[in-house]
Amino acid sequence: MRPEDILRIAREEAERQKAYKYRINVCCSCGCLPFGALNVLRAFEEAVKEFGLQEECRVSRTGCIGTCSVGPVALIEPGGYLYQNVTPDRVREVVKSHIISGTPVDELLYKNEVFFKKQLRLVLRNAGKIDPLRIEDYIATGGYSALIKCLTKMTPKEVIDEVIASGLRGRGGAGFPTGQKWNFVAREKNTPKYVVANLDEGDPGVFANRTLAEADPHSIIEGMIIAAYAVGAEKGYIYVRAEYPLAVQTLREALKQARSMNLVGKNILETQFSFDIDLRLGAGAFIAGEETGILASIEGRRAAPRPRPPYPATHGLWGKPTLIQNVETLANVPPIILNGGSWFAKIGTPKCTGTKCFSLTGKVKNPGLIEVPMGITLREIVFDIGGGAPPGRKFKAVLVGGPSGGCLPESLLDLPIDYESLTKAGAIMGSGGIVVIDDGSCMVDTAWFFTDFCVDESCGKCVPCRVGLLKMRNILERIMRGEGRMEDLVLLQELGEYVREASLCGLGQTAPNPILTTLRYFRDEYVAHIIERKCPAGKCFKVEGAVKEV
Amino acid sequence: MREHGYQKSALLEVLHAAHELYGYFDKNILAFISERLNLPLSHVYGVASFYNLFKFRKPGEHIISACMGTACYVKGVEEIISAIEREFNVKRGGSTPDGRISLFVTRCIGACAMAPNITIDNEVIGRATKEVVLERLRKILEG
Repeated sequence: MRPEDILRIAREEAERQKAYKYRINVCCSCGCLPFGALNVLRAFEEAVKEFGLQEECRVSRTGCIGTCSVGPVALIEPGGYLYQNVTPDRVREVVKSHIISGTPVDELLYKNEVFFKKQLRLVLRNAGKIDPLRIEDYIATGGYSALIKCLTKMTPKEVIDEVIASGLRGRGGAGFPTGQKWNFVAREKNTPKYVVANLDEGDPGVFANRTLAEADPHSIIEGMIIAAYAVGAEKGYIYVRAEYPLAVQTLREALKQARSMNLVGKNILETQFSFDIDLRLGAGAFIAGEETGILASIEGRRAAPRPRPPYPATHGLWGKPTLIQNVETLANVPPIILNGGSWFAKIGTPKCTGTKCFSLTGKVKNPGLIEVPMGITLREIVFDIGGGAPPGRKFKAVLVGGPSGGCLPESLLDLPIDYESLTKAGAIMGSGGIVVIDDGSCMVDTAWFFTDFCVDESCGKCVPCRVGLLKMRNILERIMRGEGRMEDLVLLQELGEYVREASLCGLGQTAPNPILTTLRYFRDEYVAHIIERKCPAGKCFKVEGAVKEV
Repeated sequence: MREHGYQKSALLEVLHAAHELYGYFDKNILAFISERLNLPLSHVYGVASFYNLFKFRKPGEHIISACMGTACYVKGVEEIISAIEREFNVKRGGSTPDGRISLFVTRCIGACAMAPNITIDNEVIGRATKEVVLERLRKILEG
């Protein structure tokens, strides 16, 4: 296939879709599936057939629309009518009333406009709009035209310059400037070079990458090919958690389709450029998301990180130059190429451009997957988009950045979301998890939970992390049993700082964050446990010997 | 293994395939892999035991996995797990004496907006409550 063929497919497919008067998109992503989304999809197909509407009504399965708390959901276009809690037995009524009579079924409509109003969907531009299992859908929305532009009109250097101009930074958590990283790999002489797409989203409470892969796999693949073209790589791996079977299946199918259209493989679109992509499955190791950990895992070893330098940009997979990017970063690339870096740089804040996907969960009214411009405040996310704590509950803290993030109190809610502000407050951007905690949770217990997670997931290679975290957990357990002493708080603080300073990789360096931030912002709860021997949230001391076993 | 050309670097892929086939690893399986890929058994065991996904004991007839992700924890999955443990006399990580049920605790399955999540034989129950889960399990056991 040549570039013209892809553009022709895009035109034809867009024409075909325009012929439909209505489009019914049924979310079949991780949130809606357990609630019978597939049955709803089938019911819509049957109803459309029954009324003889196949010509004017297209029913398709799509990825996540974002309102995961009211699933299964279905979106009817035009007009953006979002139906919530759809069950198969109501489908016939919806089709009859909405499509035939033109009156939407009011009682099933999702009416929370604020949820979408504050969002800006760039990475998730196609989520919930296209069928992820049809490459034609992606192409019809302008998909792969960024790749065509790169291959036919731009040199690798120009591609890198565009990404540098955009100010895009790594979305995996550390926020390293993406263009600069590409430059490092591009100037290496050693070949072959590799590109690794990181989809080892191990943080509990985070599902943004997964949803992206399930909703729009080709945006990841296209971004990856462009990255490979820019740095001169010939082989790529997408490293996916095995716990995400639907994402694995979707990516596998997408790769097959891309290969059949000559978008992946030898001489892509009949140019001189060749690049092949394989999937690699993780096996339940949080640490495998660390950049040297992921390399070890792809090479078939334990995912233990190693000291850097040398950085993967010079010594990566099998000692060769390797570009490692989070999938969300890669999905940002096609729009940057199409619209230009300066367009992207206008979104967000000057130092932190673009958008960020967050999984908003925990004790909020509207949990779900959101994408917001950088610089938005936590308050807007938690209270405007999320709707605040559920009725009868009081907001207490918000955990930003996964198990090694930090718990921030209400007083810090006006903090703008960007890498630097979050780090200063003791949290991290991480992979974009926001878990809201209400007054029913004990902060000591919460800190224990995350520390326990990190103890479990520590690879055991370096001492500060392996021993330090274990000791910290033991001290927390002592406090939770009611045997804590005030000196323990000093000890926790000291240990936490040691672990943070002395650990080899990102896990150890950030693992003390939950303890350090709860000590900083919720010290009174620790003191209540120690002095008054009581738990303000009524969680600890309940059971004889409150130490939990996992 | 043939598919991967007996490459040493394909160890993780081979482990995945074997695990899917048998559901767990015992010494024979790992020894076979070690021999065919020409890797020391210690290395194969080391890699296999590093990753949480792989099991080393034969799981029971029905597998319950409770999600212990942050969102599920905050929303009280602990209570559901304890209830299952009490009712069916099973400890997390183990099986009932008759081998009919195994109870595992997994880290996040990524369906956090539906927390808490309990998976029974690959079927996810979102917004789970103690009552719903116990009822479902009783039904399964009755056949």
